[in-house]
Amino acid sequence: MRYEAPKTLEQAIALLSGANGQARVLAGGTDVLIQLRSGRADPQLLVDIKAIPEMRAVVADSGGYRIGAAVTCMELIENEVFARDWPGVVDGVKLIGSVQVKGRATLGGNLCNASPAADGVPALIAAGALVCIAGPLGRREAPVEDFVLGPGRTSLGNGELVAAIQLPRRAPHSGDAYLRFTPRTEMDIAVVGAAVYLTLDGKGVCRSARVGLGAVAARALLVPAAAAALIGTTVDEAALERLAAAASAACRPIDDKRGTKQFRVKVAGVMARRAAAIAIERARRQG
Amino acid sequence: MSRNHVSATVNGDQVEFLCETGQTLLEALRDELRLTGTKEGCGTGDCGACSVIVDGRLVCACLMLAVEAEGKAIQTIEGMATGETLHPLQRKFIEHAALQCGICTPGILIAARSLLERNPNPTEDEVRYWLAGNLCRCTGYHKIVDAVLDAAREMRGG
Ligand SMILES: Cc1cc2nc3c(=O)[nH]c(=O)nc-3n(C[C@H](O)[C@H](O)[C@H](O)COP(=O)(O)OP(=O)(O)OC[C@H]3O[C@@H](n4cnc5c(N)ncnc54)[C@H](O)[C@@H]3O)c2cc1C
Ligand code: FES
Ligand code: FES
Repeated sequence: MRYEAPKTLEQAIALLSGANGQARVLAGGTDVLIQLRSGRADPQLLVDIKAIPEMRAVVADSGGYRIGAAVTCMELIENEVFARDWPGVVDGVKLIGSVQVKGRATLGGNLCNASPAADGVPALIAAGALVCIAGPLGRREAPVEDFVLGPGRTSLGNGELVAAIQLPRRAPHSGDAYLRFTPRTEMDIAVVGAAVYLTLDGKGVCRSARVGLGAVAARALLVPAAAAALIGTTVDEAALERLAAAASAACRPIDDKRGTKQFRVKVAGVMARRAAAIAIERARRQG
Repeated sequence: MSRNHVSATVNGDQVEFLCETGQTLLEALRDELRLTGTKEGCGTGDCGACSVIVDGRLVCACLMLAVEAEGKAIQTIEGMATGETLHPLQRKFIEHAALQCGICTPGILIAARSLLERNPNPTEDEVRYWLAGNLCRCTGYHKIVDAVLDAAREMRGG
């Protein structure tokens, strides 16, 4: 196994394209190293993207943010300007393992690893984030909810990699939040995760909303029916009930040692509802 | 397997070593540099026994490749005391009996040091959350948390 740390995106793409599918991108390595150790991954080439300057930066861009694919979770958490605009995205990032893990792990890696339970992903879906992809044929963008195809599978083609994640401009009077259910408060894998992003008008009526769910299907889901339950309401008790019901109805979970199907379906509604309550609180506070 | 040449600093000293691409920083520290203070508990990022500081960041040495250490400044437990003088955290761990078998201790000391460098006056909750990635199978954590809070107090000059 060879290791390369190219200094430009072009070099990284050339290395990946030239390796006939035998290469792995290395970001923080917190998933890759575990896979190497267990033998689940056996690449001939590791392409470390941390020496590429544009991958290391969080850039304010058209009112939103471009998070380079090699920005670590700790760097993102410590970025106060970003955390003020997208507290729900940061809720998710904060849950990715210990301080030690977050010191290496990236949001890009969390997305590309394509675990249905990835904590960073539902809030990106709710926020309407785009994945900025670069490859031998140039650059393209994809909505986060379309990028992951199933466990461990993404829409990346040969030689392609994620350069950045693009967050849109946060709307006025809006807020986002992510919550997960786990038996332990720290260092655990989500049984269910729910994210809500909503925007209010001057009268406190919800004008737009997006709801993302994690760990309840083969990939994180965008749930338009759950969002529709909020739009046009003041996010009162009845609207929250309908949100919870729609979130539960969208689940296609598995039974495993972390939770049964029935439990996941129920808890998805509860988490969505609680996340909406935090999001609306933030929307009112942020003005 | 190709051998890689790595130069870095460890506890302020320039070091050079050769490593396989698949070798972790933890293996390089212990097997190539013979710095065995950093422990392996799990090898999968779960226990924190291998905690070291790399360019100011607390990380698990088992989750980083040795080749990724090129040009980096690494701090390990071996650099914590100054000659014969223990770091206040080390002293307080002894005073509070915050260790039994000691396997988790180097990692916890490094993690606590990195917390106090950022936040000299943490609450008990902040200490517990910061150390959530460091497992101890012996002490039950209370004494560890007490020792960290007491060291913080002393280091603030109170
Ligand atoms: C102890 C421990 C606890 C954890 N706890 C959690 C948790 O609570 N919640 C959670 O969601 N995750 C958790 N994880 C999983 C992991 O830390 C996250 O998924 C992390 O965000 C992965 O990021 P990384 O930069 O380390 O990815 P890497 O390991 O570098 O990469 C992950 C995968 O994505 C690919 N990849 C990475 N970047 C790119 C890119 N830019 N373009 C194309 N492909 C790319 C890699 O080739 C690899 O297949 C935990 C891991 C450990 C070891
Ligand atoms: S040995 Fe690295 S975390 Fe356990
Ligand atoms: S003292 Fe034995 S594991 Fe902590």
